[in-house]
Amino acid sequence: MAATMREWADFSLQGQGGDATVVVEGPLLVSTIGSLDRKLRTFDQPVQRIDLSAAAAVDTVGAWVILRFAREHGAEIVGASEQAQTLFAAVDGGDATAPINPPRPSAPYRVAEATGQLVVGWGHGVVRIVGFLGAIVVAMLGILRHPSRFRGRALVRQMELVGVSALGIVGLMSFLIGIVVAQQGAAQLRQFGAEIYTINLTGRLTMRELGVLMTAIMVAGRSGSAFAAQLGTMKLTEEIDAMRTIGVSPMEALIIPRILASVLMMPLLGFYSAVIGIIGGAAIADATLGIPFLTFLLRVREVVPTYDLWVGLIKAPVFGLIVALAGCYQGMQVEGNAEQVGLRTTLAVVQAIFMVIVLDAFFAIFFSEIGWE
Amino acid sequence: MIGEQDEAPGAEHEVADYDPRYPIVIEGLTNRFGTHAVHNELDLTVRRGEILGVVGGSGTGKSVLMRSIIGLQRPETGVIRVFGRDIVAAEPDEEIGVRSRWGVLFQGGALFSTLTVGENIEVPLKQFYPELDRELMHEIARFKTVMSGLPEEAASKYPSELSGGMKKRAGLARALALDPELLFLDEPTAGLDPIGAAKFDELTRNLTDTLGLTVFLITHDLDTLYAICDRIAVLADGKVIAVGTVPELLESEHPWIQEYFNGPRSRAAADSKQRSAENARRAIDNPPPGKA
Ligand SMILES: Nc1ncnc2c1ncn2[C@@H]1O[C@H](COP(=O)(O)OP(=O)(O)OP(=O)(O)O)[C@@H](O)[C@H]1O
Ligand SMILES: [Mg+2]
Repeated sequence: MAATMREWADFSLQGQGGDATVVVEGPLLVSTIGSLDRKLRTFDQPVQRIDLSAAAAVDTVGAWVILRFAREHGAEIVGASEQAQTLFAAVDGGDATAPINPPRPSAPYRVAEATGQLVVGWGHGVVRIVGFLGAIVVAMLGILRHPSRFRGRALVRQMELVGVSALGIVGLMSFLIGIVVAQQGAAQLRQFGAEIYTINLTGRLTMRELGVLMTAIMVAGRSGSAFAAQLGTMKLTEEIDAMRTIGVSPMEALIIPRILASVLMMPLLGFYSAVIGIIGGAAIADATLGIPFLTFLLRVREVVPTYDLWVGLIKAPVFGLIVALAGCYQGMQVEGNAEQVGLRTTLAVVQAIFMVIVLDAFFAIFFSEIGWE
Repeated sequence: MIGEQDEAPGAEHEVADYDPRYPIVIEGLTNRFGTHAVHNELDLTVRRGEILGVVGGSGTGKSVLMRSIIGLQRPETGVIRVFGRDIVAAEPDEEIGVRSRWGVLFQGGALFSTLTVGENIEVPLKQFYPELDRELMHEIARFKTVMSGLPEEAASKYPSELSGGMKKRAGLARALALDPELLFLDEPTAGLDPIGAAKFDELTRNLTDTLGLTVFLITHDLDTLYAICDRIAVLADGKVIAVGTVPELLESEHPWIQEYFNGPRSRAAADSKQRSAENARRAIDNPPPGKA
């Protein structure tokens, strides 16, 4: 690049011992001082004077390098132009020892600290999220007592964002999963000559498990992350503080509509997902297994017990609550800088999906214990 | 800088008739958001070595004008040349060889929130002069922090730990990191205490005089206008309706200019400038006893 053509600042030494003079030449600019600075740093002979009369131009960085060198060696600066002298005065301030980077403890200490913070953070996190849930319940009770404070429009808007606009992607995903389950199921069941049970497998699995679970994961990725990023950004730009000072409760205006929207839309989305999944299974069965499309659907009605539908519908709002809770909670925890928004959004999605899968396992055991197998 | 010109990046955007006396030349600039025309055939020329104050009511397009000059806002029509480079023709992120020669202080500070103040100042240094010693970069960051009026300890603080006025100063320190030839300041003294604002003015004036800076200074601060600006450009109706020194502008008939410079605040600022000049004269005429 053009950098090779730069004219660098340099110096030469005149005189010896008690009468040494460093004569500086060339432009003393931020763009040309790099090598001179390095040489002056390692220069360790006594110097009485620094002669600037041969220096071309000076800027604040050049002035600083010369001033520092003069101080370190107790040398006198001669031949400085008037401009250079003004610059010496401008850069001369502070004792120049303050750190630039944030304080960073040594590695072993850092590991210990990070571990401790992780553990304590988990503990505090659990306590705080319970507190957050409590605050939501209190706010909901408040809204029940004063229904006029309920934000209907915000709720409808969030329901549109969480539910209606997710129909396309959730439908596509469910259709493909239905195909995979039916196709793979058929391949295994064929070994027993029990291909017909593909219908049971597809119907029951999508109704009970896959529909709701996959939808919850999709909603966590779509809406949980959006909640966290949006609330986090609003915290950074002090929008949430501004709302509080005007007397608008962020809980009522932002969080409750999002939580309610997720809780209400998840069962609908989950059921929709299950239905599309069955249609996907029926389509592939029609195409490759020789089971006619309508026969598949009619048979689903016979082999899928009603309680399978209930299992899905009971789990769905709980998953919706978890996804929205994680998103809103993490969003409200953002403080300080833009990186936090990213970290908290990641956490919101990871926590939501993790909790959903853990709870799903509990639900599976619970429902089979009560006889809904 | 010399000898770099032949292969310098952005050479294809160089215009033939560049006159170094005018680092910024704007001709026929029109900016539009939807149907709302912010600038309409605006012309402005900034002279080398001057502090040009830019004034105008809120929403008259001062910040948009600055964003256009530094290439962040594509104008609909018009010519913008900075150091003889055609800014409009260049892509927003294209290397055109002028970015190391200007420093910008945005209205909101625009500090990088994940970096400390000192690290913010080092960003342009690392970008343009990676050969500098790390220790020298730290030293530069420190003295620029102090120079812009912050306490030295602020260098290791994050922007979220600073007050509004301190963020402004940190933004200035970053804008000054490379000792740029051209400095864009968007309302630098808004949100500063009056003493701090006066120091800020003094610093801007000093740097302009010693480094030969050219400053494009957007401000609502009448004290700043009276104290340090060489010329003032007035924006109204999508145009620069007048450019000149304060006495020249006072001659203008335009009602907005009349109201602006003859309002109570303006008169107070003018008086205070006169008073400080008189005080200075008196101090010279009758030196206080004991200091001769
Ligand atoms: N990104 C944008 N989209 C649409 N309109 C915009 C945008 N940015 C600015 N405007 C409009 O352009 C006009 C000029 O805005 P600008 O920020 O330049 O004002 P200003 O002169 O800097 O005001 P102030 O003194 O309050 O800072 C305003 O009417 C504003 O609404
Ligand atoms: Mg503005």
